Amino acid sequence: MKIDKNTINKIARLSRIKLDDKESEDYIKDLNSILDWVEQLNEVSTENVEPLSNISSSILPKREDVSNDTNSSEEILENAPDKLEGFFAVPKVVE
Amino acid sequence: MSKSSLKQTLKDLDTKKISIRELNQDYLKRIKENENLNVFIHFSEDNVLKQIDTLEKDNSAKKLKGIPIAIKDLFCTKNMPTTAASKILENFNPTYESFVTQKLLDEGSIFVGKTNLDEFAMGSATNTSFFGNTINPLSKDDEPLAPGGSSGGSAAAVSADLCLGATGTDTGGSIRQPASFCGVVGIKPTYGLCSRWGIAAFASSLDQAGIFSHNVEDASILLQSIAGFDHRDSTSAKVDIPNYFENLDDDLNGKTVGIPKEYSIDGTPKEISQIWEDAIKVLEKKGVKIKNISLPHTKYALPTYYIIAPAEASSNLARYDGVKYGFRSDEIDSLDEMYENTRAQGFGREVKRRILIGTYVLSAGYYDAYYLKAQKVRKLIADDFNKAFKECDFIVTPTAPSAAFPLNEKQNDPIKMYLNDVFTVPASLAGLPGISIPFGKDKNNLPLGIQILGKHFDEQQVFNAAVSLERSYE
Repeated sequence: MKIDKNTINKIARLSRIKLDDKESEDYIKDLNSILDWVEQLNEVSTENVEPLSNISSSILPKREDVSNDTNSSEEILENAPDKLEGFFAVPKVVE
Repeated sequence: MSKSSLKQTLKDLDTKKISIRELNQDYLKRIKENENLNVFIHFSEDNVLKQIDTLEKDNSAKKLKGIPIAIKDLFCTKNMPTTAASKILENFNPTYESFVTQKLLDEGSIFVGKTNLDEFAMGSATNTSFFGNTINPLSKDDEPLAPGGSSGGSAAAVSADLCLGATGTDTGGSIRQPASFCGVVGIKPTYGLCSRWGIAAFASSLDQAGIFSHNVEDASILLQSIAGFDHRDSTSAKVDIPNYFENLDDDLNGKTVGIPKEYSIDGTPKEISQIWEDAIKVLEKKGVKIKNISLPHTKYALPTYYIIAPAEASSNLARYDGVKYGFRSDEIDSLDEMYENTRAQGFGREVKRRILIGTYVLSAGYYDAYYLKAQKVRKLIADDFNKAFKECDFIVTPTAPSAAFPLNEKQNDPIKMYLNDVFTVPASLAGLPGISIPFGKDKNNLPLGIQILGKHFDEQQVFNAAVSLERSYE
């Protein structure tokens, strides 16, 4: 088994998603079965194969490095759940 | 009920046979009559009427003036909220317009509403939406069927004739599979043809916008309208966009179609193999040369996809943290608590599953074994297609391994659900254009779909083959 209780807790922590015990159990089962299934890729020899990260066959143009001003802070903050004096507001992080 | 085509409607508007108001009131009526299908996450009659008012005062000529279009609720729109079918974006009102929807607005189209989808486009049945299932309009009364997914709402909207076209996005089959399930045309163009700007990101190296329509001609008109270069998407391609509609040519004489042997999969229903054979026969009669080809890494496409897509998703969805927009949990004793509770309560089960898988395959010690390995196999899959296209002009396969299935089937086994995309995922990994057109029925009289794949940026060939098959079938 690749994913045990410790591993699922670690990934959940890295993902910043709180899981209760029941969910942890379910995801341990799901993730192990998915990982077992994807491991069939080990049958494929990939020696000297370059990993493919960008599929586009067109030449991607570079743009001029010029600044522009498309968003006002007001627009950016418009959907914030909490804001204060032109900033995003979050729970206090320093005592 | 006979459905008008976009092409015919444009003519009728032009010759004043019908007004923009009359046309849209007809669609509004049907939308209200079909509320039980749960096609729309957001629909407001007032909003549509406002758009009609504005267009009536506008004297300029516009290509899609007054045409009712439905928008998948993954595209940011200024005049309607955008949720990605997730609780975490429940109250999100974009302050900007996506590239694709802006293009449609510039052409004068009317947005009838935002359509339902799987949460963040993760699913194949439109059953992971926070706003409930969409019901396939072709369902019989006693058994509601899934519309496919993730763009199930858009496919259903066209199928039930609630619009003349709809936008979708396709990451691993999310346009082609629901098009097949709902008996409509759906095209995913080449990766990079339409800008991703303003589309909530799922897996950025795969996501691509596309179109649903009643027929191939309409799809060719609408795709041209949403394609084009955009500097705000770093993978947007600077290519010329042809007039697909004007160039449509159903004469396929002398062309070569590739038939990949690896798409004959054990356990595929007979009806699916049958329509595939029928399509090949039709092409043969039209003077198309049939070429048996091999795409040897086909069977590895799904496991490759289910490493790459969740990996990219886990990174993309990190932005939903309860700070910048959307939902924030009430249980927020500390910053970390706020993040963890917001994401626990804001995301649904399938989205969390994919974030967790993606985080695992990218984490220290596992990156090479999973993510890098998958990127290498992806290269082999893309190379298979490159080789095949040296011997053929286009490829024909079935779209999906079944017709529409009952709403609640396959919910408990994620891998079983993932297998829906077996015929669509390989072309997504290779970034190729693909269309699904209705072709034949199963024993319950449900539509089946044929998929046509083309070379990069050869949408014209895909449309030509599709229109030729469509005209021979009607």
